[in-house]
Amino acid sequence: MTRLQFAVVTIYHYLFVPLSISLASLTAGLQTASVLTRDPARAQRLRRSTLLVGKLLLVTFAVGVVTGLVQEFQFGMGWSAFARFYGDVFGPTLAIEGMLAFFLEATFLGLWFFGWDRLPRLVHLATIWVVAVGTLISAYVILGANSFMQHPVAYGLDPVTGRAQLTSFTELMTNPVLLATFPHTVAGAAMLGGALLLSVGSWRRWIGPAPAGAAGSPEARSVDPDQRAFAGIARLGAWTTVAGGLATALTGDVLGKVMTSVQPMKMAAAEALYTTTTGAPFSLLTIGSLDGSRPLFSLELPYLLSFLATGEFHSTVQGIDDLQAQYTQTYGPGDYVPVIPLAYWSFRAMITIGLLAALVAGVYLWLTRSGLDPREPRASALPFMSQRLFPRPLVQLSLRMLPTLPLLPAAAGTAGWVFTETARQPWLAFGLTLTRDGVSPGLTAGEAWLSLAAFTAVYGVLAVVWLRLVKHLVGQDLADPATATGSPVVPLPGDDDEAAPTPDRGRPVQPAAPVTTF
Amino acid sequence: MDLVTVWFALVVLCWVLFFTLEGFDFGVGVLTPFVGRDEHERGAALKTIGPFWDGNEVWLVAAIGVTYAAFPAWYAALLSGTYLPMVGVLLLLAGRGVALEFRAKHSDPVWRRRCEVVLALCSAGVVALWGALLSVFVRGLALGADGEVVAQPGLASGLARTVAPLLTPEAAFGAVAALVLSLLLGAAFLALRTTGPVRVRAHRVAAGAAAAVVGLGAVVAVVGLTGAGAVSTGLVALGALVAGAAVVVALAVRLGREGSAFTVASLLVAGVVVAVLLANGDVVLPSTLDPALSLTREGAAATPAALRLITAFGVVAVPGVVVYQVWSYWVFRRRVTSERVATA
Repeated sequence: MTRLQFAVVTIYHYLFVPLSISLASLTAGLQTASVLTRDPARAQRLRRSTLLVGKLLLVTFAVGVVTGLVQEFQFGMGWSAFARFYGDVFGPTLAIEGMLAFFLEATFLGLWFFGWDRLPRLVHLATIWVVAVGTLISAYVILGANSFMQHPVAYGLDPVTGRAQLTSFTELMTNPVLLATFPHTVAGAAMLGGALLLSVGSWRRWIGPAPAGAAGSPEARSVDPDQRAFAGIARLGAWTTVAGGLATALTGDVLGKVMTSVQPMKMAAAEALYTTTTGAPFSLLTIGSLDGSRPLFSLELPYLLSFLATGEFHSTVQGIDDLQAQYTQTYGPGDYVPVIPLAYWSFRAMITIGLLAALVAGVYLWLTRSGLDPREPRASALPFMSQRLFPRPLVQLSLRMLPTLPLLPAAAGTAGWVFTETARQPWLAFGLTLTRDGVSPGLTAGEAWLSLAAFTAVYGVLAVVWLRLVKHLVGQDLADPATATGSPVVPLPGDDDEAAPTPDRGRPVQPAAPVTTF
Repeated sequence: MDLVTVWFALVVLCWVLFFTLEGFDFGVGVLTPFVGRDEHERGAALKTIGPFWDGNEVWLVAAIGVTYAAFPAWYAALLSGTYLPMVGVLLLLAGRGVALEFRAKHSDPVWRRRCEVVLALCSAGVVALWGALLSVFVRGLALGADGEVVAQPGLASGLARTVAPLLTPEAAFGAVAALVLSLLLGAAFLALRTTGPVRVRAHRVAAGAAAAVVGLGAVVAVVGLTGAGAVSTGLVALGALVAGAAVVVALAVRLGREGSAFTVASLLVAGVVVAVLLANGDVVLPSTLDPALSLTREGAAATPAALRLITAFGVVAVPGVVVYQVWSYWVFRRRVTSERVATA
């Protein structure tokens, strides 16, 4: 129960947080480009794009913050036994994340968003970089805590209380699992953020409402500066997705090798490999049961699993049955096998869906190369596909489908987390604590159900509101943060709501006393 | 001073900063519909907290995170023992933050109105809930030997396990007191940061809230007078101080010294939070079943190694945070006006 609730809130949190991570860096990159460029028209386009991406970042961050707060409370509310036992290892990482990174992100995001006209240009640029760096520190430290659960390092057990004690923070933060997980997660985050930009940019460039200046003919559309900005956002997003996809694959390979050595059971479960095999095949697809009896149909690539797991084609990969026997010997009798079909299919879903997203982004890049319209026959002519195989209506349809692309990396990321966490079961911290021993002893079923229902309902509402708002934001015309209305939030003239400079800028303002806060 | 005391002081500091800083933005959230007659005035009221509220809320993250790091047993007992109220806090904070952040992103007046209502209700709810929870800090929980609140079998008592501690007169008083104090703080902040009609109305609210705080102080003092011993002396002194501070705030607002009013109001809230956290001396969370099972600072603390580790980071990080948050307040020090911008 608590497990399910934790899974729900965590997965939800891990959808919005990677998005914040990548959007923060993308915003910072765009703004840097706008500051560096000499061409004023280009600078304006980039500035306007920065603002749009920044707004997306802000709404996403808001959701990330509230769900992150839930995470931090969860450890105490639902998993108090775990908190008591691992407080010395887990607490510092959470506290350090808060002190070091979270304050940075929250404070500097406020400074960035409201500071367009209050801060010198370079200082203002620096604030968004601080946010971007803060998100990465956060991710690193939190993944450090998670990696401890995957592969406990740097601890000793107190002989009296039985509690875990941290022996070396450096060792905790250079956990081999962490070193492999962090780039993998960040690359996955880049895919998600990139796919969102591709979705937003391509929708406005080809399908959605045209900007005020470019209504009417397609020709007007292609020269309008805001249209060019949207096209740029789309291509930036596509490049990010492709690059993120490649990086995810490479780091995933490294992570797989690390996992094979620290949690062989997880990788065996991912492959539904029951017997220890030398030169093990990689199973592409299995129809039928995965319970160790003969599958009805199985498509396999010989030797590949051995290669993926260890880097050698003829090495031996341990199977589930042998591992179960080993673990029984080490940890006492018990069932140490995770849910095999879940592990097997989530692992496959992660890989194929992720690759698919990168592929789609790559095709988009090809079709819009050197400013081409993807609907033009010249653009559609892929080198390996004839015109007939790739007709115009299909391109049209694909373009209309493109805005849903972020679903793919989101699904891949979710599958990845489901795999990571469920295939570690029954362990909460691998080899140390069983999940059932970590739950708050006093927690009652009624409480668990009630809170699960409440969180699910509120998160559902949050998701709907978030989607509506993103749709609204990207449907609006681009605005310039520095000039135009002076208001980075509300592009409609006459709306003085947020962050507008005080309108009586010209006349002397009564100098307010500096706000005393302490 | 040993590290346990240092970290306890830091936990207290985090809670003080959370309740003081977030206290004024809670107050502004509740007051927005009352001090702003039209959308622009309400927008101006919210703009005063726009750049800050997120940074303020992080002090809650810090308070919980530092508690987890330095006093894992306290963290575990407190959060699992107040499970359902904490779920409420989280959901209300979520609704509040999202309403605040999303309001300005859409120009539809109905959307904005809805966001304001959600913000006001969630802010009021979460303040009251925190006030009630602070009473639990003082009274304690029915902690058993394993540091957990255990329920009788059955669905109803299972659900009542963590709600019951909030159904006491003290909790009700705490809820009211927290709400009134945050209104005072919010009104003082609005008076300091706005111009025109919003500022005038904020002055009025501040005067009303100050009067209510005087009343609360009187209640505390009277409760203290009816009791006996050191505790009651402390209560009388606390009540008198609270009432006195509220009078000073009211006078300062009257004289137009808004900076002083806000400073005194902040000190007042900070003092109350310190009093609550130090009420039981060395005991951080009393057990209502058996005083021997109460959690003490030493008993709940993390190992010396963990404390040394977080000290190394804290020495660098905490002063840094304070510096850049102060800088952020300095950048946005100008008053916010509610007059309409001339359409370009």
